[in-house]
Amino acid sequence: MLRVVGVGSLDELVRVPDAVAVKAPIDLVPALSEIEITARFEQFAQRTSAGDYLSFLGAGVYRHYIPPVIGALAMRGEFLTSYTPYQAEVSQGYLQAIYEWQTYIALLTGLDVANASVYDGATALAEGVVMAINATGRRAVLVSKAVHPNYRAVLQTYARGLEITIDELPYGASGTTDFAALQQLLADQHYAAVVVQSPNFFGSIDVPPADAVAAVKATNTLLIGVTAEALALAVLATPASWGADIAVGEAQSFGNAVAYGGPHAGFIAATGEQMRRIPGRLVGRTVDKDGRTAYVLTLQAREQHIRREKATSNICTNQAHCALIATIYLAALGKTGLRDVAAHNVARTAELRAAVKAIPGCEVVFRAPGFNEFVLRVPRRASGVLEALRKHRIIGGLDLGRFYPELADCVLMNATELTTTAQIAHLATALREVAVHAPAGI
Amino acid sequence: MPPPAFETPLIFDGGQDGRANRYVPPAPPIANLLPAALLRDDLPLPDNTELDVVRHFTRLSQKTFGIDTVFYPLGSCTMKYNPRINDALANLPALRDLHPFAPDELAQGALAIMWELERSLAALFGMAAFSLNPAAGAHAELTALLIAKAYYKKKGDTRRTTVIVPDTAHGTNPASAAMVGYNVVSLKSDERGRVSVDAIRAAAGPDTAVCMMTNPNTLGLFEDHIHEIAAAVHAAGGLMYYDGANANALMGNSRPGDMGFDLMHLNLHKTFSIPHGGGGAGAGPIGVAAHLVPFLPVPIVRADGCDETHGRWPSDELTFALDFDRPDSVGTMRSFWSNFAHMVRALAYCYANGAAGLARVSQLAVLNANYIRASIRDVIEIPYDEINRHEFVASAQSIKRETGVRAFDIGKALLDRGYHAPTVYFPLLVPECIMIEPTETESKETLDGFIAALRDILIAAREDPQSVLDAPLTTPVSRVDETRAARQPDLRWRPPA
Amino acid sequence: MVAQPAGLLFSKDHEWVKLDGDIATIGISDYAQHSLGDIVYVELPRVGATLQQFAGIGVVESVKAVSDIFTPLGGEVVEINAAVEADASLVNREPYDGGWFYKLRLADDSEKKNLMSGDDYDKLIAEA
Repeated sequence: MLRVVGVGSLDELVRVPDAVAVKAPIDLVPALSEIEITARFEQFAQRTSAGDYLSFLGAGVYRHYIPPVIGALAMRGEFLTSYTPYQAEVSQGYLQAIYEWQTYIALLTGLDVANASVYDGATALAEGVVMAINATGRRAVLVSKAVHPNYRAVLQTYARGLEITIDELPYGASGTTDFAALQQLLADQHYAAVVVQSPNFFGSIDVPPADAVAAVKATNTLLIGVTAEALALAVLATPASWGADIAVGEAQSFGNAVAYGGPHAGFIAATGEQMRRIPGRLVGRTVDKDGRTAYVLTLQAREQHIRREKATSNICTNQAHCALIATIYLAALGKTGLRDVAAHNVARTAELRAAVKAIPGCEVVFRAPGFNEFVLRVPRRASGVLEALRKHRIIGGLDLGRFYPELADCVLMNATELTTTAQIAHLATALREVAVHAPAGI
Repeated sequence: MPPPAFETPLIFDGGQDGRANRYVPPAPPIANLLPAALLRDDLPLPDNTELDVVRHFTRLSQKTFGIDTVFYPLGSCTMKYNPRINDALANLPALRDLHPFAPDELAQGALAIMWELERSLAALFGMAAFSLNPAAGAHAELTALLIAKAYYKKKGDTRRTTVIVPDTAHGTNPASAAMVGYNVVSLKSDERGRVSVDAIRAAAGPDTAVCMMTNPNTLGLFEDHIHEIAAAVHAAGGLMYYDGANANALMGNSRPGDMGFDLMHLNLHKTFSIPHGGGGAGAGPIGVAAHLVPFLPVPIVRADGCDETHGRWPSDELTFALDFDRPDSVGTMRSFWSNFAHMVRALAYCYANGAAGLARVSQLAVLNANYIRASIRDVIEIPYDEINRHEFVASAQSIKRETGVRAFDIGKALLDRGYHAPTVYFPLLVPECIMIEPTETESKETLDGFIAALRDILIAAREDPQSVLDAPLTTPVSRVDETRAARQPDLRWRPPA
Repeated sequence: MVAQPAGLLFSKDHEWVKLDGDIATIGISDYAQHSLGDIVYVELPRVGATLQQFAGIGVVESVKAVSDIFTPLGGEVVEINAAVEADASLVNREPYDGGWFYKLRLADDSEKKNLMSGDDYDKLIAEA
């Protein structure tokens, strides 16, 4: 081969100017055989003991049952090792699957059109805000404080780049967004969008009341609905039904592993009016030159590889495989399965809530109905209670003081269809002991 | 690939209510658990048996090319083999089921994986530190520009408003710059296809924030004056950003940090064998030089009791923590800490190769690309016919003039031969551009088969152009009406009224 | 190839102007529609909008590209072509006729001097 190329050696072929050539040995992990690598990673796994604990953590990532059929189909080499379907004739399978994903998201959110996925829920929100800014020409947004703190943090990061203003709506005693100040805020400032999450970070179903929606629409402001627990879309009133123009969120709950936070599958859906502003890839149905049904990436002229600096977004690689996993999950569960799983989530969470609020010193903080999460006030700092629970090999939930200093004595707890009555009883016993026996102030 | 003998109607066209699979026990009706006013009226999704779901998606997979079935000489995409061991390791339950809010003490193995990968990347590419936060290359570019913006703000330098981008740059570069409010200045490549030092000296000034480049560039050519280019940009007070899409060309051979780059990103789904999965998920770690470390996104993985200028393998004695307390950080770019499952895969790939193995990867990638170029240069125009790196470009311009056959058509004809088409029409600099990148994981037999097929097609393009214009003929669908798709957008199925 | 009618003025960005008193009808040239390929969507300015000469005021989108429309003259938009919004292919088929984009009332008649004749435009595209 070297002879065909016309050089004497590999070294000659790859030579670079001396000023930039590597001279010293590079210190990275050692080369190992596959057996040794497996042993090494099993060591890493053993050092990751969280799996041995009973966990009630939710907060934007949810443990759900993933039927093995999902992995069996999604990990097929054709899907796993395929490239972006730019060559439509040899990608009909993947393109159709994405079209089906787009349909599922549209049906679940009640909106007209959805894209082929974005990185995750937080970046989906950032992209949704960019859409609203482009649609209205306004450079401020109003965001509920009950939206996931990490999502709001990402929005802040993007806002510094885009130079937009972010104002906040507080949450109220019931655990939902407090819209009292809305009219005044809308009068003082021209917002591109108002952003609300339902169920919100506290687990409360947080649908804006009709008068708030009317006030938003009256000022030609867009309404963005955020969903971090996509399973809730199977049973709750859709974002479209309460007036959302754009729905964004996280579809991890549909068949994707928790995986320490990624990769997951963000989604964006919008009304037909916003179609040309949707970032990222879109799959359309058309015909081939012989009249057969065919699928193809469409409206690409908006995207980075053509429009460059005037693109709707810079997004290129998205989360196609995670969206595929979600699509297979939705197909396998179906309407009936989704409703059953969702109902179990609600029922288990109600059971958990009843068990823990009965513990002296503990109270459920918010009275608004929720889906599969709620906030529990404990008799002292949540961090201390959670640490004590860990001695019982339980991860009791999220210390809300991490994000909301006023809730430093509160734990965000989640139950899913995987949570059993026995596990709830075990937690309640441990929490009773921890709550009752520990000195105050820890 | 012969068309399958079966149709694949939409999943929504089949199914029947109640034809459900019993994954969970029967549940109480939701109306008994929540107020009716909060519930949706209906859920128009189909119920399909597991068999019908399996058949549906299996058939869809059979209508889809993947590296596992065909050679993908896609320039700029680095379609190398995706080792299965990586997926098995990412699927270890302790790693797969780990919650991002799990306390650090219970996540030490996962944190060790992230730390070892980060230290390995820093050493391999000559940067002071990496963040594993960004989800993709474009996401990393955005992060890098936000870092640049924060850096200048902290210095009090308000004049830096421009990003310099060569005309051969990937479209995400200017798109990312625009998202951060920077003006984009496009630099014309010189007659050698490279960025000229004089052009940089002329363009770089007090308004230059960042110069975004890749090396080798998107023509597959090594920017041999990169050192001087970086010096010129630094002299003007600007920063150099390395687009890591072409990193497969230079591992173990040359390092962006040594070239003078202050910022860089990697595409783990290109260079580090993470599967492309039909369009993601990818992962785009971002690396920085020492003066920019404080601005990296949070969290980073901190190793307590360790001198962080070097890695330590094994890292079992160290204690790790997620560090969020970084006052100059640009913030966080995504919901959680990283596309962690891909960090597992990437570290496994590093372990499978080691430093010498990765150097060999790049050498063979360069050899394979040059071998193809040298084997077709007599039948198609090679605009920059010299030793290239891991990819090279050809131009079908003269063929188009002769018989009307374009790069697009040549790509379609390759599909009939069981090859994925190369990248076409990028970079924009070369008319009727065909960019070929074989990667190191292809055998000589595969390359020879591709060369023979391409030679046949190029001859047909001149002697029997209609045969190329009609392609593809053996794929599940023939050429698709993209105009109709864009004029009458049909982006989803609708339930019958 | 669609024949170019007489009496039109052109901008270097491939827009044409037909003047009728102080009302200008504006569209894109046959060369432009041919270069863009199949046009799929046209985004026009709003009726009542005030445009500055040569400002970017809309887009023409084809399958493979999106091009900005730079208005060849300034003024107030008095009418837009709903037919082209409904059927973008009209721009390909009748760039000088049914595929017009918008009409505006001129703000400043002297701006015409910044445009070129049909013959000069033909020379421009011959050199391209």
